[in-house]
Amino acid sequence: MMSLLERVQQFAQRHAESEQDFMAPLGAVIEHLYSATEGSINGRRTILVGTNNYLGLTFDNNCINACNHATRTYGTGTTGSRLANGSYAGHQELEDDLAKFYGVKHCIVFSTGYTANLGMITALVGKGDTIILDEHCHASIYDGCKLSGADVIHFRHNNAEDLDKRLRRLGDKASTTVIIVEGIYSMLGDRANLAEIAAIKQKYDALLLIDEAHSLGVLGDTGRGLAQEAQVEDQIDFITGTFSKSLAGIGGYCVSQHQELDVLRYMSRPYIFTASPSPGTIASTRAALEIIQTTPSLREQLWKNANYLYDNLKGMGYELSPEVSPVIAVNVGTPDNALNMWKKLFDRGIYVNLVMPPATPNSKCLLRCSVSAAHTSAQLDVVLDAFANLQSPRLNEKFA
Amino acid sequence: MASHTDDVKSELISLLKQFTKTEMEITDSIHIMNDLDLDSVMVMELMMELEDHFDISIPLNSLPDVNTVADLATEISTLKDQT
Repeated sequence: MMSLLERVQQFAQRHAESEQDFMAPLGAVIEHLYSATEGSINGRRTILVGTNNYLGLTFDNNCINACNHATRTYGTGTTGSRLANGSYAGHQELEDDLAKFYGVKHCIVFSTGYTANLGMITALVGKGDTIILDEHCHASIYDGCKLSGADVIHFRHNNAEDLDKRLRRLGDKASTTVIIVEGIYSMLGDRANLAEIAAIKQKYDALLLIDEAHSLGVLGDTGRGLAQEAQVEDQIDFITGTFSKSLAGIGGYCVSQHQELDVLRYMSRPYIFTASPSPGTIASTRAALEIIQTTPSLREQLWKNANYLYDNLKGMGYELSPEVSPVIAVNVGTPDNALNMWKKLFDRGIYVNLVMPPATPNSKCLLRCSVSAAHTSAQLDVVLDAFANLQSPRLNEKFA
Repeated sequence: MASHTDDVKSELISLLKQFTKTEMEITDSIHIMNDLDLDSVMVMELMMELEDHFDISIPLNSLPDVNTVADLATEISTLKDQT
């Protein structure tokens, strides 16, 4: 039998071989940042089109000033969890801000988006319960499911009829089931079919958790996400999300209309045993949340940019993700083609995400672009020019 | 019970043939991922097909103990008996 260290050595060998092929994508180091959308990578000035910095707030003066002030006042870190070390006033104020923003009474702030999903899923369900999740859900959701010990079942991506069928099979167990979907799916950028999914959740008296990581600040009249856009917020039991995209920080949260959420924090090991978010992070996140509420023009600009990039890439004949969103995935066929195209874009000063199976749905190889409100027209034209000049064969495969 | 499992196995093998590109004969001892050259995404798709075909729920967390065709046939038979 292979020893534990031999197994690691085997992985190291595969990793080294992979690095030879993918040295540039995996080894890209941002040496300087000039703005939210431009930096220096490997000594080259580069337009950043893979950051998830949807509203471009990472260099916002209000956020930076709030972070600076909090850091000088409260220090650089909390050095422990809230249950052990106590909460800072900012933690509770941010929870109040988020609850008020969503029009609910209850919120928990987590240290990352990953731990928000891990913490909520493991607190909500356990052995003997059931989770039904969309097959395209993020790894943090899969990991939470695995850690929970609950029975885990997939339903076909965005297929409400398929969800209905799988809930029917559960019989009485449907009422101890939590359904998990995402607002905007991170790889293809498509929205959940939320109105239909919420109706099915009501039919079976299950719970519904939606991860709005990529839709907070992006969708909805006031930026609350897909549940707001689909007008089904009152049917959603738990909304999780992250501070590391539109809110330009790091952290995560869960909001809910259910008062039980307040107790769930004491049942959530990923919450209990993680150091709480730093004062600077909390303060910049509060400032960014305020900007989402007071500056809808950022969201309008984001969508203008997303439509511009999507329409022009489509016009060039690229096979794109199924609907316009700030996540635009270009299907580039084979791994060799993907790497070749990625390198050509990189050489022209464009950084997009190279995403390969098994991280992608349907085993696609994707050049994933994420658009920001802070991208200028000139930057987007440079990106489009680079795509137009790629000498790779056009793609024949359609997105499923 | 044995014949019930045999029936399941026969249907399972027929479904597996649709998922694998290998030409090898599918027998009890065939390892589903390794021998049939299925990646994790294909296994997930296979499980959803099996759920629909047999009208059962196959929790993903039940799969770590399932390696071979015989293991999977037994698991499906057990789940069918529970419904």
